[in-house]
Amino acid sequence: MNRAFANLRHRACRRWEAFQGDPRPRILVGTATCGRSAGAMEAWNAFRQASDARGLDAMLVEVGCLGLCYAEPIIAIAKPGMPMVCYGQVTPKRAAELVERYLGGNDPAAEYALGTVSKGRVDGIPPLFDSPVLKPQVRRTLRRCGWIDPTDIDHYLAHDGYAGLVRALDAGPETVIAQVQAAGLRGRGGAGFPTWRKWRLCRDAPGEEKYLVCNADEGDPGAFMNRSLLESDPHAVLEGMIIGGYALGAHNGYIYCRAEYPLALERLRTALGQAEQYGLLGDDVLGSGLSFRITIKEGAGAFVCGEETALIGSIEGRRGMPRPRPPFPAVAGLWGKPTIINNVETLASVALILQDGPERFAQYGTEQSKGTKTFSLVGQVRRPGLVEVPLGITLREMIFDIGGGLIDGRPLKAVQTGGPSGGCIPAALLDTPVDYESLKAAGSIMGSGGMVVMDDTTCMVDFARYFLDFAQQESCGACPPCRLGTKQMLDVLTDLTEGKGSLEDIDLMGDLAAGVMRASLCGLGQTAPNPVLTAIHYFREEYEAHTSQKQCPAGVCRELIAFRIDPERCIGCAACKRACPVDAISGRPKEVHRIDQAICTRCGACLEACPPKASAVERIPGRLTPMDA
Amino acid sequence: MLRSDSRLDAVLALFDGRRGELIPLLQRVQEAFGYLPEEAMAAVARHTRVPESAVYGIATFYAQFRFTPVGRKHVMVCRGTACHVRGAPRILQTLEKQLGIKEGETTPDGEYSLETVACIGACGLSPCVMTNRQVQAKLTPRKVAELFSREAEAAE
Ligand SMILES: Cc1cc2nc3c(=O)[nH]c(=O)nc-3n(C[C@H](O)[C@H](O)[C@H](O)COP(=O)(O)O)c2cc1C
Ligand code: FES
Repeated sequence: MNRAFANLRHRACRRWEAFQGDPRPRILVGTATCGRSAGAMEAWNAFRQASDARGLDAMLVEVGCLGLCYAEPIIAIAKPGMPMVCYGQVTPKRAAELVERYLGGNDPAAEYALGTVSKGRVDGIPPLFDSPVLKPQVRRTLRRCGWIDPTDIDHYLAHDGYAGLVRALDAGPETVIAQVQAAGLRGRGGAGFPTWRKWRLCRDAPGEEKYLVCNADEGDPGAFMNRSLLESDPHAVLEGMIIGGYALGAHNGYIYCRAEYPLALERLRTALGQAEQYGLLGDDVLGSGLSFRITIKEGAGAFVCGEETALIGSIEGRRGMPRPRPPFPAVAGLWGKPTIINNVETLASVALILQDGPERFAQYGTEQSKGTKTFSLVGQVRRPGLVEVPLGITLREMIFDIGGGLIDGRPLKAVQTGGPSGGCIPAALLDTPVDYESLKAAGSIMGSGGMVVMDDTTCMVDFARYFLDFAQQESCGACPPCRLGTKQMLDVLTDLTEGKGSLEDIDLMGDLAAGVMRASLCGLGQTAPNPVLTAIHYFREEYEAHTSQKQCPAGVCRELIAFRIDPERCIGCAACKRACPVDAISGRPKEVHRIDQAICTRCGACLEACPPKASAVERIPGRLTPMDA
Repeated sequence: MLRSDSRLDAVLALFDGRRGELIPLLQRVQEAFGYLPEEAMAAVARHTRVPESAVYGIATFYAQFRFTPVGRKHVMVCRGTACHVRGAPRILQTLEKQLGIKEGETTPDGEYSLETVACIGACGLSPCVMTNRQVQAKLTPRKVAELFSREAEAAE
């Protein structure tokens, strides 16, 4: 084994053991972006203050994200001699209470616990990994997330970290590519192209100067798998990059990370500095003679820059505009040199494959879609979060077993996968397996792992318009089919949501979509009509309701709904009247109020203001004449 | 801003003027000033030996760059998919009402700027808003009205 590495690892393991064996109680606080936005730092301060006030010497540690967004802020307490216990919704008050009861006393406050984490039992607290949200999951890429300090390279080293790199250096570049092939790894960034094949192409391309770029632009709005991984386990991505660089014969790598992720960037910079200091990056990686360096580039807020050739343009300091392929970047990319662009998760999977072997990786998944994949399960689902599952699991299992079904038990309408390039899959197809081929057959794509759950309050016309609006704004403007086509489609969809559309418009959309998809220069335009086409395909009646009946059944499109006050329920409190911004509501105190439909702008302020005990304001599909009201 | 500004000089000194550094350079300038002042654009063009028109071409392409100062509280409303289905349009509407400005505008006193952003990455806690890098999650129009109340501020 590599001597330099053996020393690093030995020291890291000793530090980790000392950390584990520390006689002080340890409090792990999940401080990734989602934890912070739910109040993790407030919990941190509360723990600090409460333990100081009691004279308790507790060790507070920042860790990454467990992916249970619904339970944030999440913390875990390891008291010497006790199994580690994980707690959810830790408000400052709860934090103080936990210090009082568990650290100060012996009561583990089972009612706040999510579960025990390590071996051993605590009365009244089930093991965390047996909980419904985690049981169907297989955490491989995310295995360290939430348990190690992402700012401490030794924590990573003590958990198989960089062992994959050492194995790669021992085996040689050809074996690395063969292992990635044996694992059956397909790109996690969108298209699902076999990673080894791209690598092969680039390795065989002539030239000494080659580049590896990690695509951390995570453009799919509504997805955060990459952010979470970068914030929770940044070294896994760096390790994957060094292995990739070695396999390709590249000496320089770039990480293109979106600027909207300040914490991910911070953690990456810290990790990069540590890896350099440990000799894992630089002129002579671990004394092997390999030279590999990584530079971080911040994105500047353009979705199209997630596309390979646009991304390359952006790194070169130009506008992020795609160019025609071929030549493919694997042959002529950054500065005209052979370049591979891989997604964050693809690279972390490479590290995993080299650490555990390709067989272990391929043991999960289906024949054509190997391994596990992370998804951001969000929207109207009871337990939103970052999940990792073996490919081939059904949408039903994801939404109902892991996600716990929909909020307030509302009916599932559709689930959107693949972001702006993907599509909506209706509730009737819930048993579709989540793998590259099955999602494609259903009209959508796997994409990078975004999964947005919708209930009956989402209008499929408005939703399609939302994506088109996004595509139209983000279209770089280079090619007319995309620039003009998305604009035309958006205009038609806007008409539909405003009740100005006709049945022919629905078919017109199909024609426009076909043109945009066929003639656009890059993936943005080629896939932009997808969300619209699937929505029309599966929810045609809803489109027809917007045109023929001038109604929005979901109650979203303002021009096609109305609000009215149920005279039987109105208690005459005047809350709606005060809230109405346009003075459309009349009525004397203690008497029934009514809405003047001619003035009403259907903003919904009255519905929100009406006290729940009365619930007199209703939202109904279709407009009302002043007479109806 | 003066023609020669020490803040600008300090930023320029960090870069040797290669073309590939143009975007990071603009990002650092914006970090220093909060926006890209006209004089800075000219200085960047000279430093990188790229025509000023091309520097503008690049800066206007990317959503991140701005050419007017940003308010002290930079409010960015997420318009991502998760936030959209959980009511982001209502959140934006409430903010516009509370702050008395439209998306893309800054209050006359320079206190608030209101913008939208593609996604903040806290989609599991949607809908969210980011104010000066601080994320406020699981918002409702009511919560927004409480958090961003100009009258309450005036009363303080
Ligand atoms: C408009 C557009 C946006 C994209 N955005 C991303 C992105 O944010 N992240 C990503 O990894 N891939 C994105 N892709 C896909 C990349 O072009 C590329 O296929 C991917 O990074 C390759 O990595 P992989 O083989 O590891 O999946 C996008 C593609 C298009 C057409
Ligand atoms: S969709 Fe709003 S944070 Fe991602």
